[in-house]
Amino acid sequence: MKAAAVDYVRPGSLDEALALLARADVDARVLAGGQSLVAMMNLRVATPELLIDIARLPELRAVDEDADTVMFGACVTHAAIEDGLVADPSRGLMPTVAASLGYRAIRNRGTIGGSLALADPAAEWPAVLAALDGEAIVQGPQGRRSLNCAGFVTGIYETRLAAGEIITGLRVPRLSAGARWGYVKLARKSGEFAMSLAVAVHDPARHHARIVIGATDGAPLVLDEASLLCAGGRFDADAFRLAISADLDRAGDRQFETFHRDLHATSALRAIRQALA
Amino acid sequence: MSAIKLTLNGVAIADDVVPRLSLVDFLRERRNLTGTHLGCEHGVCGACTVLVDGEPARSCLILAVACDRHDIRTIEGFADDSVMAALRDSFHRLHGLQCGFCTPAMLITARDLIRRGKAGSEAEIRAGLAGNICRCTGYTNIVAAIAATARSLAGGNVA
Repeated sequence: MKAAAVDYVRPGSLDEALALLARADVDARVLAGGQSLVAMMNLRVATPELLIDIARLPELRAVDEDADTVMFGACVTHAAIEDGLVADPSRGLMPTVAASLGYRAIRNRGTIGGSLALADPAAEWPAVLAALDGEAIVQGPQGRRSLNCAGFVTGIYETRLAAGEIITGLRVPRLSAGARWGYVKLARKSGEFAMSLAVAVHDPARHHARIVIGATDGAPLVLDEASLLCAGGRFDADAFRLAISADLDRAGDRQFETFHRDLHATSALRAIRQALA
Repeated sequence: MSAIKLTLNGVAIADDVVPRLSLVDFLRERRNLTGTHLGCEHGVCGACTVLVDGEPARSCLILAVACDRHDIRTIEGFADDSVMAALRDSFHRLHGLQCGFCTPAMLITARDLIRRGKAGSEAEIRAGLAGNICRCTGYTNIVAAIAATARSLAGGNVA
């Protein structure tokens, strides 16, 4: 199908984009890489009246780093992360994730901020950024604020972004030298959206251990009990099976079918094994 | 209507487009470049893959209006490209196409895999082609043609 009629503006700066978004008296959507939004427009699942194209704004494509964190502009592409063209705070996790995401033609356009803002339940970055304890930097009519990526997504295509706000960057803490991670994506075909995905991060020096699963028909799920066990640093498959199961039981708002529950338990255990064993 | 200026297959052009017009419809219907094929129209089949600023992209997921000041190359624009010449030859010799609908995008994707050094094994080529669907299911010969091209260019001057 073809997209419905829409207006389009390409502002020259972030301030101009924010002003346009604040002023818009029609259904305005921010367009970054467009790799989901344009598909949704073609299918007429999304019918915005105005597109504000931020993909090429230089301030959203920059990457800054200091000793403790890397700050990714929201419009850094998956391919740039995959290819190591930008700094990697995650000791290989983020490039591995980027390479697993869609197809190269998609990764050349799709952006990390766009992925988080759309909050597709099966998307990789919301779960991975939550596991890495990243922060989303957002700017809007009320100014600038920072939100933890764990908890940023609140549901299917729902986030804590307020009206008029744009994600400008993602700040990701650097893993320390002894940190390890695991990442498992279960999909029937390479490049497909995941049926389950799991991320495990264990960084003893920073007292950070977090297991997150995605593709759960809702926000990424932090597995608290498994995370606590992970902090111990020892891989005991049976203990982790019990902890994961307890975590999935506690996620009372999700109606996991048996098959998907098994997939999530399996991907979580495999990711933890990668990180610890 | 929005005025756009872009480079298309090496030539500077100017046009006026409505914002909802996708790049693939612009190429096929406005510029008569029908080598770019339109399949699923939501980014899954890969048939509409072109180069945007030198990198493969889905022309069904890009609005023509967003291509203002960018460089677009379609399958019609590779006449002087040595890697593409080698790929054409291998696809021809090894029967790397059946109906041909997916072929232009297969070639553009294959060229990118070779250029990035991602065509070193059958498994690597197959992973790299996951986003390009051949509904004739003629993958065996497509993969063989790409592998043969990568081998013949190995050590040579790959653009």
